[in-house]
This record gives sequence, C-alpha cells and structure tokens, in this order.
Amino acid sequence: MFGYYLDLAWRSLKRSPILTGLMVLAIGLGIGASMTMLTVLHVMTDDPLPGRSAQLYTPHLDPLPLDHKRRGDGPDASDNLTWPDAMALLKAHRATRQAAMAGGSMLVRPARADVRPFDVDGRYTTADFFPMFGVPFLRGSAWGAADDAVGARVVVLAESLSRKLFGADDAVGRMVRLGEHDYRVVGVTRDWQPSPLFYADASAKRYSDGDRFFLPLSTAVDQKLDVNGNFSSWEKNDADSRMVSPTTSWLQFWVQLDTPPQVAAYRQYLVDYSAQQKALGRFQRPPANAKLYGLMGWLAHEDLVPNDVRLQLWLALGFLFVCMLNIVALLLAKFLRRSGEISVRRALGARRRDIFVQLGIESALIGVAGGALGLAIAQLGLWSIRQRPDDYARIAQMDVQMLFGTLALAIAASVLAGLLPAWRACRVAPALQLKTM
Amino acid sequence: MELRPILSTLRRHKFTAWLLVLEIALTCAIVCNAVFLISQRLHRMDLPSGIAERELVQIQLGHIGKNPDAKAQTETDLAALRQIAGVKQAGLTEELPFSFGGSSNSGLMLEPRQQQPTVTVSQYMGQNILPTLGLRLVAGRDFQPGEYVDLDIALAALKTGDTKGLPQSMIVTRALADRLWPGKAPLGQTAYVGKGIPLRVIGVVESLARPNMLNKGPQYTVVWPIHMTSADGADYVLRTAPQDRAAVLEAAVAKLKQIDPNRVVLVKRTYDQARREFFANDRAMAGILVGVIVALLTVTALGIVGLASFWVGQRRRSIGVRRALGATRGDILRYFQTENFLLATLGIVLGMVLAYGINLFLMLHYELPRLPGIYLPVGALVLWAIGQLAVLGPALRAAAVPPVVATRSV
Repeated sequence: MFGYYLDLAWRSLKRSPILTGLMVLAIGLGIGASMTMLTVLHVMTDDPLPGRSAQLYTPHLDPLPLDHKRRGDGPDASDNLTWPDAMALLKAHRATRQAAMAGGSMLVRPARADVRPFDVDGRYTTADFFPMFGVPFLRGSAWGAADDAVGARVVVLAESLSRKLFGADDAVGRMVRLGEHDYRVVGVTRDWQPSPLFYADASAKRYSDGDRFFLPLSTAVDQKLDVNGNFSSWEKNDADSRMVSPTTSWLQFWVQLDTPPQVAAYRQYLVDYSAQQKALGRFQRPPANAKLYGLMGWLAHEDLVPNDVRLQLWLALGFLFVCMLNIVALLLAKFLRRSGEISVRRALGARRRDIFVQLGIESALIGVAGGALGLAIAQLGLWSIRQRPDDYARIAQMDVQMLFGTLALAIAASVLAGLLPAWRACRVAPALQLKTM
Repeated sequence: MELRPILSTLRRHKFTAWLLVLEIALTCAIVCNAVFLISQRLHRMDLPSGIAERELVQIQLGHIGKNPDAKAQTETDLAALRQIAGVKQAGLTEELPFSFGGSSNSGLMLEPRQQQPTVTVSQYMGQNILPTLGLRLVAGRDFQPGEYVDLDIALAALKTGDTKGLPQSMIVTRALADRLWPGKAPLGQTAYVGKGIPLRVIGVVESLARPNMLNKGPQYTVVWPIHMTSADGADYVLRTAPQDRAAVLEAAVAKLKQIDPNRVVLVKRTYDQARREFFANDRAMAGILVGVIVALLTVTALGIVGLASFWVGQRRRSIGVRRALGATRGDILRYFQTENFLLATLGIVLGMVLAYGINLFLMLHYELPRLPGIYLPVGALVLWAIGQLAVLGPALRAAAVPPVVATRSV
C-alpha cells in the first residue's frame, strides 16, 4: 500500500507544481535557517574532551572579603584561584590527578636568521596537565614533578611551533629562546586544541585560541612572565608580588576524579579547606561557598554562547514556525479541495485511517524534498558564518549527527504540518460531497 | 461594499482563515522587532567618535626585552615620524575610540570618599593626544608641558601615596561634563579617582568616544596628562591627509624598523579599518536581520498567493453565478481584495500585541529599549500593502472568470 500511496502523492504534487515548489521552498528555508543556528549552538556547547570530560572537575573557592562587590561587567574574582590556594590543593593531592594553569604569551626568538621574532600563545601549568587531559605526544614526554618543584627551564612545544622553529628535525633536546631565557624542549605534542578551550580563563577566545607551548608554572612565577588572563586583586598588591599574593586570583585548577565517592570526598575536602582557612582568618565567607564543577557544568556556568547567536537562533526558529503555518494553511486548502476524490475513495471502502496515511505520506514527501533543500541552505548558511570574524566562526561545521538531525527535523515539521489538514480531510462526510459532485 | 457574504464565506473556512491571520500576525511581530533591532545596530555603528577618523593611521610595536631608555626611544621615534612627508601630527595613545584591544577605565567620584563612583570613564593617556586625534576643544585649553607626568613616576607615586608625582588636571568631554556638573561651567571643577586623588578640569572637548563598554556611556571619557612610551603598550598614531594614509603607514613602519630592527609590528592599520572591525558584528547582524525580514515577507506573500489561488479555483462556480447575476469584474476583484484586507487587519491587530510581547522579552534579556510606537503603523501599512499586492494576481484571475461557467457542470 505504501508504494501506491507514494505514487498517489507524487501524482498529486505534480498536478500543482508551483504550489508544491512553494511549500518545499518554505520548509527548506525555515529548516535551513534553523539548522544553521542549531549547528552553531551545537558546536559551541559540544563536549571538548569526549570520554574524559565526565572525570574532570574544577574546584572553586571563595576567598573574597565579605564587603567585596563585583564591579559591573568585570570578571568574577572568585572564578580563579590564588597562588597559595592552588599550591595547597596541588600539594594535598586528594584527586587522582590535579593541575594548576594559566595562559601566557611569549615572544619566540628563533635561532634561524630568516624567521623574525613572533608572539605565540601557550600555557604555564604543572606536570599532571598532560596525562589528565590526554594531550597526545609525538616525541619526548611531559616534564616531571621534580621539574615543577625546582622551576626547571623546560618547555613542551606543539607540533606546528616545533615545525616552524626546527623544520622536520626532532626538537627534543634542542634549546628555544622564549622572551629573555633559553628553554630545553622535552616534548612535542600534536596540535591539540579542545573546543571550547574549557580550561582557559574567561578572557580567552575559547573557540579560536590554542596552546602552542607549555611551560612549568613554577618557572613562569619565578621569572614573573606575563600572564594572559584576568588578575583580580581585592587588596592592594605590588605588581612584583601579585602572582604569589594570597589576595590575587589568576589561576585555573582542574582535577581528575574517577568515582562518585571520590567526587563527594573532594567536595567535602574543599569545604574543610575553606573552613580551615576561615579559622585562620584568611577567608571570611561561609566555607559552603566552595564549589566543585564538572566540566560540562562549568561550561554551562560560564555561558559561552553570545547573546547575538541566541537571538539569531530565536529568529530562525520564529521563521521556521511562520513557514510551518504557511504550509499548514496551503495543505489544508489543498486537501480540502480534494474532498470529492477522498469521498469517492471512502465510498469505495477506504477507511479514514487509509486516507489519513495517504495524505500523511504526501506531506512527508514534501518534508523529504524540503529537508534536502534545507540541508543545502544550511551548508550555505554555515559557510557564510565561517566568513565572519567571530571567535566561533571557524568551528561552524555540520557533523553527521546534525546532518541526520536536519532531515529528521524537516520530515517531522512537514508531517506535523500535514497532520491537521489530513485529519480534517479524512473527516469529510462522503455522502454530502458525492451528492454535490 | 457588502461585508456579509465575505464574512459568511470566511466562516466556512474558519480554520484556514485563522492560520493565515496567525501567519500575518507573527510576520508583523517579528518584522517590527527586526526593523527595530536593525535601527539599534545602525545607531551604534553611527556613533560619533570625536576624532579625525579619516586622517589617522595606527602602529603598535612589540618590544623584545626590556629597554632601559624607552622614554628617549619614544622621543626619537616621534621626532623621526614627524619628519615623514605628509605627516601633520604624530602622537602616542594607549587606546582609540571603537577599537578592540582593551581599554583603561576608572571610576570618577564627585566627593573624595564616595562608596560607589558616579561614572565609569575611559581614560586616554600618551603624548600629543588632542592635536593628533583632532579633538575639538570647546572650552579651556590643552595641557601645558609642565603638567605632564611620566607613567612610571605616576605608578610609583600611587604606591607611595605621594601626590606630587600624580597628575593634577584632566580634560573631559562635554557629555561627561554635563553628566557630572549639569548646568554648571565645568572648567575648574574637581573630580576624584581611586582613593580620592583630585583632578581639576582644565579643558572640555566636544566629543571623544570610549574604545569599548559602550553601555557605560559612549562619550564618558577623559584625557590625563600622563606621558606613556611605546614600551608601555601605547600605539603611535599619525595624522595625515586621507589620500596619503597608505603611503604614510608604509613609510612610518619602514622608519621605525630602521631605528630599531629589534621590534615587532603588532598592529598597523588606518583608523577606518579599526572602526570597521569593531562594528563588524553589528554589520553582520543587521545583514542577517534584513535577510530574515525579506524571507519572512516573501514567505507570507507567497502563502497569501497560494491560498488565494486555491480559493479562487474552489469558487469558480459561485463567481460565475455572481457574474451571471450581474456582478461586474470590479465587484469580483474588490471582493477578494476586501477579504484579504479583513484577514490582514485581523493579523496586524494580533501582530501588534505580539510585537509588544516580543519586545518585552527582548528588553528583559537583551537590554533593549522599548519599541517606539511609530514602528506599529508603519509595520501595518507594509503588511497591508504586501497583502493587497499578493492577492492581486489571484483576484484578477477570479475577475476573468466568464459568467458562462455558471451554466456548465464541473
């Protein structure tokens, strides 16, 4: 029966090609616009480290004084950790793995005369960073805890930077001049860039920035290297000592916790630590303010999707809704006009359900065509987004999931739009219609 | 025109008619708000900067290593830059209106010990700022050489609390003066920053916009008599004739590299470029909104055409009967036009309510002002016009139905 209904639907659509084209175009435009924006939202809220994200957590303390007020649109000072707190959490070693980190930018001064000095972004961090986030190494390895302890002048390079400096040669063991000092390369990683760059500070461009070098955090602090990111002080601090000040927050901290009891224990540890600091007079706010965010929870808390993108999504969905209303009206008119034909079929023994299925298949056919068109329009829309200067532009690509999502949404929308007209049409009274024919 | 037959026909197609009304209403509501959003973006993109926009080029240098004598080098650089043919003025500024790259802001207070600052202003520092940027003084004067303080000295003074090393005066914009001292002459007034450091107003410029955070008041800016050096992260800015900008930029970069090849050019651009980049997002959003409006109106118009064509086809017989009974072509044409007018009116009324609803939602979530009343009648006119245009084709076809149809059996 399905084949027959398909044939009937095809004939009916062919009978009024302009109207069919109109409906396909309407649903194609609506689906195309919606899927463009849904895809953008999808890639912006995607899991940056699938497989690992469930075990990653970021602890947050509240060392701010009671009377501290957040300034207008300034960053939240308690989003980051102070140096003493980060070091305390690091030394306590309560999680499977833990690392403190901050973004940095260094001037690279290549030994080769033909390459001019250039700036490059990277990260100052501690040894566990690499195994915890699963950074893939091409050559060499990460530095060890001993290097962290003494502030060794070692560096891990990303492949692209290594290639730029040393060509195809093995960079491990070579020296690199960064800023004022020479560093020994201990490892080369693949160009690794989780999207969004979840561990970066709120001031980073999290969809386009990536790390091209990694230095031990203790080395960066010893040499007072420049940090890319928010420094929030709630008491007067010298520029010289603010990095290690107990009243300046600037560090990000991540831990790996494998089991739910471990998570609960770590949460309790944070509260206990805060209570202890409060007893010592360093913290003033309630210890229960200490929080432990999961990776996806932290991204939701950070709310990375810009208002403009959200507004565009609403616009696209509104447009799709108008397109659907349009199709409902057109299908209703079209189906009701065929009351005569439907009545004949009913009189010949077709059940209401048969009529309903027949008309449903006809609207689904429009949906399939509209979905295909919508897919093309969405690709065009995503291409145009990739031309924009925004931080997230580069990653606006459709994956397989969204591809099937588009088709499913198109068919669902058109079947939904056809539901009401089909229901109305299958309820026409055959006797009355036949009499007037 | 008799409305009753139209209404009774519509009552028989209640459902379809309501769908059309709803579609028109939604279109009306979205279009009104979209046009409003576009006007907001255009307004933002159109904000005056107060500087000689078409005459400026900007160069930012990155320094390798610490230069013990950054001050002398900056003087050398500036002297050399002034020698370049076509350069009218050369200066140094930490920031420029409407451009990315951060801004330096502070809270201004009217009393030395105020809990919350009265306004958050963005401050301009550097060298030779007023003549280079082309700011227009409307009262008072520019800084005199003796008033300037070097940035490192000011920072050191801030630490020790020694007021001698701190600047004593400032230049404010007219908008800021009106905000701080409404109705009073701003010259000679004092405002306070930080822990009560007094700054006396010695000049008022007509306009100078801030680099970003425009929601804090785009014109709330001050100029401080603080000398910066290129090593402090300030940019060289050159003023020249608009047509010379490209040549001057190239010559200046070459000259700076020649003076000290150990520096990296981080930014080199005309001010036009900087401003264009700053508003690129607004331009893109306005473009998208125009696209949405066009698409919505097209889809709605095509929907009206489609539905009207159906109804005309369905009513061929009754049109024929009416024609046979003496109705003119004009009567038939008017019938369909009136029908569309009624539906559109109903849709527009509903749409106005919806438009206000959407506006309320946007005001709540996107810091948007209230939709001005003028958008509603204009939106209504546009939708009426589109409805009438869309229905014209099918209505003409209906009017062309010959009376003889009445006597044929279908």
